[in-house]
Amino acid sequence: MQNKIDQSYIRPYGDTNNDGRIQISFSMPVKADETGKEAARILLRQMGLEEIEICYIGDLSEGFSHIVAYGNTKAYVDLTKIKIKTVDTEVMTMDETDEFVDKNIGRKITIIGACIESDAHTVGIDAIINMKGYNHRFGLERYRSFNALNMGAQVLSEDLLSKAREMNADVVLVSQIVTQKNIHIQNLTKLIEMAEAEGLRDKMLFICGGPRITHELAIELGYDAGFGAGSYSTDVASYIVQEMTKRKEL
Amino acid sequence: MLQLTIPQEKIEAAREYAKQITSTLKDLLNAYSSVTIERTVLRLLGIDGALADGTPLPNFLVDQLKEKNALDKGAAYWISNAMVSTGLTAQEVAENVKDGKIELTQIIQQPIEKTIKVMNELTDKMLAHIKKQKATRDEYFAKYGERNKPSLYVIVATGNIYEDALQARAAAKQGADIIAVIRSTAQSLLDYVPYGATTEGFGGTFATQENFRIMRKALDEVGEELNRYISLTNYASGLCMPEIAAMGAMERLDLMLNDAMYGILFRDINPQRTLLDQYFSRMINAIAGIEIQTGEDNYLTTSDAIEKAYTVTASQLINESFAHLSGVKPEKMGIGHAFEIDPTIENSFMYELSHALLTKTLFPDSPIKYMPPTKHVTGNIFEAYVINALFNMVAQMTGQGVQLLGMLTEAVHTPHLADRALAIDNAQYVFNAVKDFNKEISIDKDGFINKRAEKVLDEAIVFLKRVAEQGFFNALEKGEFADIKRTQTTGKGLDGVFRKSDSYINPFMDKIKQELNIN
Repeated sequence: MQNKIDQSYIRPYGDTNNDGRIQISFSMPVKADETGKEAARILLRQMGLEEIEICYIGDLSEGFSHIVAYGNTKAYVDLTKIKIKTVDTEVMTMDETDEFVDKNIGRKITIIGACIESDAHTVGIDAIINMKGYNHRFGLERYRSFNALNMGAQVLSEDLLSKAREMNADVVLVSQIVTQKNIHIQNLTKLIEMAEAEGLRDKMLFICGGPRITHELAIELGYDAGFGAGSYSTDVASYIVQEMTKRKEL
Repeated sequence: MLQLTIPQEKIEAAREYAKQITSTLKDLLNAYSSVTIERTVLRLLGIDGALADGTPLPNFLVDQLKEKNALDKGAAYWISNAMVSTGLTAQEVAENVKDGKIELTQIIQQPIEKTIKVMNELTDKMLAHIKKQKATRDEYFAKYGERNKPSLYVIVATGNIYEDALQARAAAKQGADIIAVIRSTAQSLLDYVPYGATTEGFGGTFATQENFRIMRKALDEVGEELNRYISLTNYASGLCMPEIAAMGAMERLDLMLNDAMYGILFRDINPQRTLLDQYFSRMINAIAGIEIQTGEDNYLTTSDAIEKAYTVTASQLINESFAHLSGVKPEKMGIGHAFEIDPTIENSFMYELSHALLTKTLFPDSPIKYMPPTKHVTGNIFEAYVINALFNMVAQMTGQGVQLLGMLTEAVHTPHLADRALAIDNAQYVFNAVKDFNKEISIDKDGFINKRAEKVLDEAIVFLKRVAEQGFFNALEKGEFADIKRTQTTGKGLDGVFRKSDSYINPFMDKIKQELNIN
């Protein structure tokens, strides 16, 4: 059987082409009984699913239940029409990046990073900047061509910017890991607004990262780039040097 | 029987170096105090409440004494002196200071015997209350039976204490033994403890005395329904370690995250401040029968779990030694470690088993706190669920005391109701499935697991020796711990450290030291 998949009509694939079958798991304030199951079924039907199967309902106590279900969606996507914003610089190794800087920039690049405002979780910024790096990729501190400083956790926006000014930074890296009620957006917005007010915005690259960050969101908030989950030091380093070179040429 | 074969001399050598490291700090611990220690004393004397702008009364009073250069006699002295002079209660004195009707340092100094008598009465009264809370806990455990081992520890973190209470009740009914209320992410760096019930936080809920009370009540109620005592824990860390410990003692929390070095390394709190604060906070925990838990997992979230395994061991031994200085008994030392090895590494399970056995071997009487995989959890919830099962298996096989359950949605969001229930199901299934497995298996003393554990201990010994030779502060300055450099005179909270005068009194520290036989 050779089914050529139509790129303009893509639906979830369960066990048959275009069956649209998806798996859903959620909790709801209903009892784990027939009424609860029916409530779940009605909810899923309202979401546009068909052939709904509630395969599990379990009591979570205090009047809540956990539901696992399957259903078919009629929704589809046209892959040919998708355009997303991504950081699309070529990813280079540490050595390639250092050589690239020698050739195209000819001086050390100063990078300052921090976890700003309410966020106390440095695991992201540490993985990118600290010598050790993460998953076999050294951090920016290790790069011969970078002068990198990790200011750590809960750094106030004003402190980060004043350090950036003092060190005449080329790049400001901001990490936001823990977030609730979208506090990461508020923090990131605060920083960029302060940078603008202080006339620093156009003097350096502003880059943000974290599990809830996408490049698109970063651009929308006024940053130059954003890196989400699964990004490595090499991604960030490659972007920095290529973007700086590009801007120099402009 | 699953156990390691490690020369006892090595264990003793490691412990001895740790003791050398901490014992040189005794002079600092006895000669200095901090603003939060003084605020703790005020809270224990019965002073509570806040100004209209939210400033807690203990902060207001201590700041005022500091401004008048009078803090070096100890806050307890000034309050007691005012009580003798005015005949008011401690709270009334505090309110009068707030209203500007009394200026503590302007009151004529009363005969010292009278002041001390008043102070001692209040101290005895509060210590009696704390001991009553301890007795209540003991009675509950006697009535319902001991806590499960490993205990199922889950977190709630909605930001709203009432919502937390609901989720905690649900978790208890699902089988949780211990509920931790995660704090709002910025709280560790606040140099005050917010007042009253709170319904907004970021990544967690503020630790306040009223929030403690609300959660305690909810857990006592659900515990009575379930015929099981549900334990409550929070964080005595950051800039208010002893204040939170005191609030926990008053409101019958059962465990407290309390690490001697965490604040220094991972929150850039001044080293002297942290050491002073942890010293007193642990004494309060000890007298209240609160189990402390250390935070060695943090070494592994920032460094490689195999390469830096020895830093966990070294920190455990230093934490233990500091805890001894504060009178904490081994059975109340929840020494920490974590399951953080990269799951793609061959035989990662054997490494984890080895490290977990080493911790248990070093601290056989302690309710070891085992932290779940987080660093290598990617958002693939199905993979996370499997890794958590192996984590649970190691815990049961090695006799861990407290199992902080891994969430399949780690790295995605604060746990949903169902996530927590699934984590409990996972642990209950695995614990039950391999319940007595360790009794029937043994490991080769020349095999990988045993040798690996011995190697980690050897590396820890080399490290501890180096730190002992350099001295604690020099080692900190050089970045020996977690590659993070900290100096004695930098870091947050240094301006809250002061030298005690000859007439300084902290009646609680004195009494607790006496009772716990601390010298």
